[in-house]
Amino acid sequence: MDVLPHSNCENCEHFNADGLKKLGVDTTDFDYIVALAGNPNTGKSTVFNALTGLRQHTGNWPGKTVTRAEGAFQYNEKKYKLVDLPGTYSLLSTSEDEEVARNFILFGKPDVTVIVVDANRLERNLNLVLQILEITDKAVLCLNLMDEAKRNNIEINIRSLAKDLGIPVVPASARYKEGIPELIQTISDVASGKIICKPHRIKNIPKDIEEAVRILSDKIKKEFPNIPNSRWIAFRLLEGDNQIIEALESGVFV
Amino acid sequence: MDKKNIHNIIALANELRWKIGDDFHDNLAEGIYADAAEIVEDAIIDKNRDRKERLDNKIDRIVTSRVWGFPIMFSILALVLWITIKGANYPSAFLADILLGDVRPMLKSFAASLNFPWWLSGFLIDGVYLAVAWVIAVMLPPMAIFFPLFTLLEDFGYLPRVAFNLDYLFKKSGAHGKQALTMSMGFGCNAAGVVATRIIDSPRERLIAIITNNFSLCNGRWPTQILLATIFIGAVVPASLSSIVSLGAVFGIAVLGIFFMFFVSWALSKTLLKGEVSTFNLELPPYRPPDFWRTIYTSIIDRTLIVLWRAIVFAAPAGAVIWLISNLYIGEQSIAAWMIHYLDGFGFLIGLNGVILLAYIVAIPANEIVIPTILMLTVLVTGLNVGEGAGVMFELDSVNDTASVLKAGGWTLLTAINVMLFSLLHNPCSTTIYTIYKETKSMKWTVLASILPVIIGFVVTFVVAQLWRIFVN
Repeated sequence: MDVLPHSNCENCEHFNADGLKKLGVDTTDFDYIVALAGNPNTGKSTVFNALTGLRQHTGNWPGKTVTRAEGAFQYNEKKYKLVDLPGTYSLLSTSEDEEVARNFILFGKPDVTVIVVDANRLERNLNLVLQILEITDKAVLCLNLMDEAKRNNIEINIRSLAKDLGIPVVPASARYKEGIPELIQTISDVASGKIICKPHRIKNIPKDIEEAVRILSDKIKKEFPNIPNSRWIAFRLLEGDNQIIEALESGVFV
Repeated sequence: MDKKNIHNIIALANELRWKIGDDFHDNLAEGIYADAAEIVEDAIIDKNRDRKERLDNKIDRIVTSRVWGFPIMFSILALVLWITIKGANYPSAFLADILLGDVRPMLKSFAASLNFPWWLSGFLIDGVYLAVAWVIAVMLPPMAIFFPLFTLLEDFGYLPRVAFNLDYLFKKSGAHGKQALTMSMGFGCNAAGVVATRIIDSPRERLIAIITNNFSLCNGRWPTQILLATIFIGAVVPASLSSIVSLGAVFGIAVLGIFFMFFVSWALSKTLLKGEVSTFNLELPPYRPPDFWRTIYTSIIDRTLIVLWRAIVFAAPAGAVIWLISNLYIGEQSIAAWMIHYLDGFGFLIGLNGVILLAYIVAIPANEIVIPTILMLTVLVTGLNVGEGAGVMFELDSVNDTASVLKAGGWTLLTAINVMLFSLLHNPCSTTIYTIYKETKSMKWTVLASILPVIIGFVVTFVVAQLWRIFVN
C-alpha cells in the first residue's frame, strides 16, 4: 500500500513535523476525548489504526470489535484520546455491544464523536448516524470506503450531506490513508469549537409522539439546563429504558 | 436537581407512554428511516441502479446456494485443516529440537554448575520448563498457520456467508444465527470464541453460544486428534490410504463436534434456556481482497502470541504438578501411581484407562499437554525403559516410538477412538472456564458449561466401549 498516492498534506513537511504524532496506546494527559462510532464493517478499526498508529485487528465481518479499544494521537500540541467503540447498527436495543457504544457517547461525554460510515451503504448507515446526532452535538461524519464507492459508480454530494446532517463530512479511504489528514483537522476544529455543529434532529415522527417528546424534553431541560440531549432522553423514557431512568434518578446527567 | 421533580418526569413519561401506545418503538424507527431516505435522496447519485449486478452477488449466489453452500464450506474447512496439519509438522520439529535438544541440556548443566539439589532442578527444568517448551513447540506452529488463514477468510468476507448458510440450522436448534461466527472462532480458541459471543444480543441465545462453544475443536486439541488418528486409525488401512483416512477421521471428529453443538443448543433451548429465537439483520459485506502481509502480521501478533502466552501461563504450573505427583511418594507408590490405580476401574468402563483420566485432570490448564502427560504416566506405570524418568514430560521422536509406548500401556484401537472422542467431549480448559465466568458473571452457568461436556463425553465413550466390546471383540 505504500505505492499508493498520499494526499498533499501528508507529504508536506510542516504537517509531519509540527502536526501529527501517533501516540499508540499512550493515552495519558489528553486534552480531548474522541469517540469512534459506526456500523459494523465500515472500517472503523482501520480509521482507528490510521490515527493512532496501532494495529488493532481488523476483519471483514460485522461485530469484530466487541470491546472498547483505546489509543491516542497528538496534533498541533493537543493530545487526543481515541476510543474505538463496538460497531452497531443502532443504539436502540440492549445488547452488550450497543450498550457499550451508547453509554460511552452518553456518559463518557466525548469532545468529538467521529461516525464512520460506508459510502456504499449510506442510507442504511444513516440510521445509526441520526441516533447518535440525537445524543451528541459534536460530531464528524467520516465517509469511508470512498474508493469502493468510486468503483461502484456511486457519487455523493458532500456539501448537501453535510448541510442536511448539520455536521462536517469528510470523505476518506482509510485503507489507503486517504482523507485521514483532513479528518484530523476537522476533529481538531470541532474539539476546539472552531466548527459548531447544528445536528439534524429526527423529523418524521407522528404528531402525538412529537408532542409527548416535546413536553418531556422541556421538563428535562428545566431540571438539567446543560445537557444537549434532552430530546433523546425523552425518547428513552418513553421507551421505558430502565438504565436511563436510573441514570436520571442518580443524577449522572448533571 | 430535585428528586421530586425527577420522579414527576418519570411518572409523566410512564403516563405518556401509555397514551402513545405500543407502536412507539416502530414509529421512531420508521421516522429515522424516513429521514435517512430524504437525506440520501438529496446527496447520492447512484449511477449503478440499472446496471448489471455486481460480482459480489454472483459469488454470493454460489457460496450461499442450497446446493453448493455446504460442500464449499466443508471443503474450505478441510483445506484449512490440511494446510495447518501439513505445514505445522516442520516448524514443530524444529522448535522441539531447539527447546528440548539444545536449551534443556544447557539449563541442566547450568543448574548443575550452581549445585542445585536434584529436586529443585527437576521441579524447575523437568517440570515447569518442559511443560512450557512443549506448549510452545506443539501449539505455536499450528496456531501461527491456522489463525492467519482464518483471518484471511475473515478479511475476504467469507465468515458472514457461513453464518448465512448455517442460520437455518441454528434457528431450528433455537439458537442465534450469529453463533456460526463464534463457533468458527472456537475452532481457533474456545476462550476467544466465548468472548466473541458478545455480538449476540439476547442473553438466552448468548448463553447457549457460550455453553456450546467448547464443542468447536480448538487448536490445543488438534494435535492430539492428529497423532492418534495417524497411529491407530491410519494404521488399519493400507499405507497408501492412511493419510487420507486419518485426515478424514480428524475431520469427522470436528464435524461430530458441530453436530453436538447443534444438539446441545437444541436441548438447552427446549429446557433450561427456553425462549423465542430472535431475528437479526445479517449484512453480507462486500468481498474485499485481504491485505495479505498486514493480515499475517496482525494475526500473529494479536492472536497467536496472546493465546500462546495464556497457554504458557497455565502450562507452567501444570508442569510443576506433573513432576510433583510423580515424585512425591505415599507409602510404596508415587501419588500419580495411586491416582492411576484408583481411576483405572472407571477408565475401563468408558474404554479409557487411569493414565488417560489422570492426564486429563492434570492437563485442565492446557489441552496441549495431554499427549506428553499420557506418555510420561504410561512409562511410569509400565516401567518401560524409555523416556527421561519420573515426572519428566517427553514426546518420543517418531510416531512409531509413541505407538509402541501406548501399546505397551494397553492401548487398542478402541482406546484411541475413545480418547479422540473424549478429547472432543470434555471440560473446557481453565482459560476458557475463567473466560466463561468473566463473561457470564455466574457460577451456575460456568459450572454447567464445564460439567456438561464431560458428562456427554462419559456417556458417549461408555456407549462406544460397550458396543465395541459386544460387536468387535
